Amino acid sequence: MSKLLEVKDLKVSFNTFNGEVQAVRGVSFDLNKGETIAIVGESGSGKSVTSNAIMQLLPKPHGYVKGGEILFEGEDLVKKSTSEMRKIRGKDISMVFQDPMTSLNPTMKIGTQIMEGLIKHQKMSKEHAKKRAIELLDLVGIPQPEVRMKQYPHQFSGGMRQRVVVAISLACNPKILIADEPTTALDVTIQAQILELMKDIQKKTESAIIFITHDLGVVANVADRVAVMYAGKVVEIGTTDDIFYNPKHPYTWGLLGSMPTLDSAEEELFAIPGSPPDMTNPPQGDAFAARNKFALEIDKVMEPPMFKVSDTHYAATWLLHEDAPKIEPPASVQLRMQGFANTGNKVGDQ
Amino acid sequence: MVRYIMRRVFYMLITLFIIATFSFFLMKLMPGSPLSAEDKLSEEQKQIVLEKYGLDEPVPVQYIKYLGGLVQGDLGISFHFDNTPVSKILMDRLGPSLQLGAQSLIFGSLLGILLGLVAAVFHNGALDYTSTIVAVLGTSIPSFVFAGLLQWVFAVELGWFPVALWGSFEHTVLPTIALMIYPMATAARFTRTEMIEVMGSNYITTARAKGLKESEIVFKHGLRNSLIPLITVMGPMAVGLMTGTLVIEQIFAVPGIGEQFVTSIMINDYPTIMGTTLLFSIMFVVIILIIDLLYVVIDPRIRLTGGES
Repeated sequence: MSKLLEVKDLKVSFNTFNGEVQAVRGVSFDLNKGETIAIVGESGSGKSVTSNAIMQLLPKPHGYVKGGEILFEGEDLVKKSTSEMRKIRGKDISMVFQDPMTSLNPTMKIGTQIMEGLIKHQKMSKEHAKKRAIELLDLVGIPQPEVRMKQYPHQFSGGMRQRVVVAISLACNPKILIADEPTTALDVTIQAQILELMKDIQKKTESAIIFITHDLGVVANVADRVAVMYAGKVVEIGTTDDIFYNPKHPYTWGLLGSMPTLDSAEEELFAIPGSPPDMTNPPQGDAFAARNKFALEIDKVMEPPMFKVSDTHYAATWLLHEDAPKIEPPASVQLRMQGFANTGNKVGDQ
Repeated sequence: MVRYIMRRVFYMLITLFIIATFSFFLMKLMPGSPLSAEDKLSEEQKQIVLEKYGLDEPVPVQYIKYLGGLVQGDLGISFHFDNTPVSKILMDRLGPSLQLGAQSLIFGSLLGILLGLVAAVFHNGALDYTSTIVAVLGTSIPSFVFAGLLQWVFAVELGWFPVALWGSFEHTVLPTIALMIYPMATAARFTRTEMIEVMGSNYITTARAKGLKESEIVFKHGLRNSLIPLITVMGPMAVGLMTGTLVIEQIFAVPGIGEQFVTSIMINDYPTIMGTTLLFSIMFVVIILIIDLLYVVIDPRIRLTGGES
């Protein structure tokens, strides 16, 4: 497998009236051809900022890449000019956004919105682009595509609109599809449909997908690998099996523990105490230490490096240091890990 | 669509009927009569004149007669200009006002939209501040100040355009500029505010993610979505401009309808007052209809519900 995208030590900051907000503080991951990586974390962990940085769509002039590289097929996207970046956006890397209700232009016909990218990047004639747009609508499962082409977004339901957004993002057969919480704004049955659709399309087009979500159920369903983000950093990264069967970072434990399951006995759902740190002034040491009941003394002083668990699995916690005390995940999490193992990693299937 | 328009035209006729009724009786309540300034006439002579114009009859009878005339398209005969039908006076006077109004509206709103766009695209930059200052000055300084300035600079000092009067296209340039400052400033203000909001919306990010150029995004995706509020304010303004502004017409000695209207009120020229009021009302309701139709053209989410109820 060849590396399609390599994010190396990416740092993104925003200038605000309160000072510099360090939204992303050194994120590294890579993406292979045809692979799906999920980036997981709670709100404000830097997931979306990372994806916007890849697209070079950070809100200007406040947001900027402070350091690091984003290598796409070996070329650094951070160093690309605006016009070079425009040729990549929508063609090689495209994006599906969170809210289908607002991410389509309300005063433009659906067909035109799909055709725009085709005419721009593939230099298609209008006729040709029209044909392709109808194909795309058909591909994403919209009935009567010829009629629907001429309609406006308000004539579509939320799920249908998200299908249109997916069609737009697929228009030029992108090598990477960034899906920024594509199912969060949809209700559960529609969520499942959109996920099925994306998996289906990936099989057909062999696009790699970066799937940003805070929903671990979705992750288990779609991802090959998972990166867990906290406070602008990747704290644990591994295959989906690594993360679900053998999580090492206490934050990942917390996330898994707070996942509702059908057969969980406890009345109350576990929640990670506290809230994420203020990113204008990130704490010294491990950013998660204040919310972590397993935190060691060293966590308050020094940031943990990435420890290798296996060839595919890394986690940034001092608990993995050879001198650290042996700590097992809390019982409820262990129970869940077993549950996942028994059902064969199908936690997300409904 | 046709059905909707027909319904609207029907409502418009009702509106006009109500306006005609109100203005007829309000006018009768005005102090004085058309003859109050004519001291030299004897009582008998006055009586003859009143009879000639039907003013001796009871008010309800006058009203019915007036409506009867209206239905046949007869606005009556002016008291002041000997035996000239009101419709002829209006037609003579309306031309210059319409021309000035249309010119200032078109150039004013186009320039204003452009200014607003520039301001929004270069939000918080030097161009934004410049355009905001222009907009604030344009809304707050009265047009007659500009009129005087324009006359002094471009007519008196530079001699490029005539100072006043009506005739060739050159005569219209300065009054048009003086009139268009306000609509331009208003259009700039509304376009800027609306554009800044639109450019921050999600579908603009979608357009950026497609790899479109910023100019394509602004014109294809942004502009149309920011036009609705602008049209709402520009409509009534259009009527105001086209029915003539007394001040500008006075300063540039334009034989327009605004000036005519005020004169006819001063001398109690009832048929002319009524005719002008009705003409303004007709323009107003027609423009409102046009605006409502424009909404539908611009925003597909707005539907005409004309069929039922």
